[in-house]
Amino acid sequence: MPQIEQLATTYSSQIFWLLVFFGIVFFVIGRGMLPKVVATMDGRDKQIADDLAAAEAARAAADAEEEAWRAQANRQRAEAQGLIAAAKADAAKATDAKLAAASARIDETVTAAEARISAARAAALAEVEGVAAEAAQDIASRLAGLSIPAEEAQAAVKGVLAHG
Amino acid sequence: MAEGKVDPVHQFTIQTLFGTENWAIGGYNIAFTNSALWMAITTAVLVVFVAGGAKRQLVPGRWQMAVEGLTGFVDNLLQANIGKAGRKYLPYVFSLFAFILFANMLGLLPLALVGVHPFTATSHFTVTGVLAVMSFAIVLGVGFAKHGLHFFSLFVPHGTPVPMIPIIFPIELISFLVRPFSLGLRLFVAMMAGHVLLEVLSGFVISGTNAGVGTFFLAALPSFVLMIGICALELLVAGIQAYVFALLTCVYLNDAENLH
Repeated sequence: MPQIEQLATTYSSQIFWLLVFFGIVFFVIGRGMLPKVVATMDGRDKQIADDLAAAEAARAAADAEEEAWRAQANRQRAEAQGLIAAAKADAAKATDAKLAAASARIDETVTAAEARISAARAAALAEVEGVAAEAAQDIASRLAGLSIPAEEAQAAVKGVLAHG
Repeated sequence: MAEGKVDPVHQFTIQTLFGTENWAIGGYNIAFTNSALWMAITTAVLVVFVAGGAKRQLVPGRWQMAVEGLTGFVDNLLQANIGKAGRKYLPYVFSLFAFILFANMLGLLPLALVGVHPFTATSHFTVTGVLAVMSFAIVLGVGFAKHGLHFFSLFVPHGTPVPMIPIIFPIELISFLVRPFSLGLRLFVAMMAGHVLLEVLSGFVISGTNAGVGTFFLAALPSFVLMIGICALELLVAGIQAYVFALLTCVYLNDAENLH
């Protein structure tokens, strides 16, 4: 086995060159290049974490904004409902008032018309009485030759009319 | 390799390259060997790989994704085993994991097809041992720096009855001290066993084919099919052993960081 046979003659060279080359690896790569690689990896991890945190924050902000918007929309909807209800109540009140005015006017007209009708009927009745009295006077003078005074004839007509 | 004989451990032989066999520091030989060359190649490939992925783009490309995946994997390993305090060990554990993984993988490349012989540096316990001792030293350093002598309470698990302490303490101490050996030897043995197995099987394929049609169908062909499967298994082992090394380092570091 050369590892043992050559031990005495080669051990110092083996150890020396290993220390030289491992030293180069350790100082050039381990101490020189590796920190940069690790810094790059850490920087990337940090950036990813930061980006995720920023995205999370943006999502939370968007949620809050949506919530606020919804609350405002609800409030405005409620206000609109109130306005509509008020307008409806106003309109109903106005309609009632107009109806009341119109019915009052109609009632007045009807009452006036009824008064006129009853007056006309009274006048007509009075005229009928007069005509009947004259006719009764005339009939009495022609048939019986009696001259009956106008008051008597009128009273007689009234009595007949009153008794139907 | 005469007459189709394959020496399964020849692949682990260390050869000096470029006439550097006499280089030395303070009497210790530091010849630039094929092992050192493959460690250099591992380092270069690793540097190119990570540099290509360190582009710092917000939306990563494929290459950056691969590097960040590997980094994130080791980071998760540390987070899961140690917790938040694990971040500061990332450079070391990542270097360890990536170096072992790339060394294992590069050693498996079928470069012999173009005449180059890949060498698996992690199949030598001189290499894995140094890595294990390094991890163990960091564990000891962190443990004593953070907890002082209180670190010895690691060897007395929670809820141990007082009469048991004299028995438990040495057992725990020995199991703790064995850690660097098990850590280094596990990787070395796993890498070496796989490579020896592949070499032995390829020896069967060569000798079986040379011996005639009968042995070709009886021995060489099944061995070749088996080799294909073992190659896939070895790729898995290369990843798993690197993972195990890094994972155990994390577990031991957790002991030092959080005691219990």
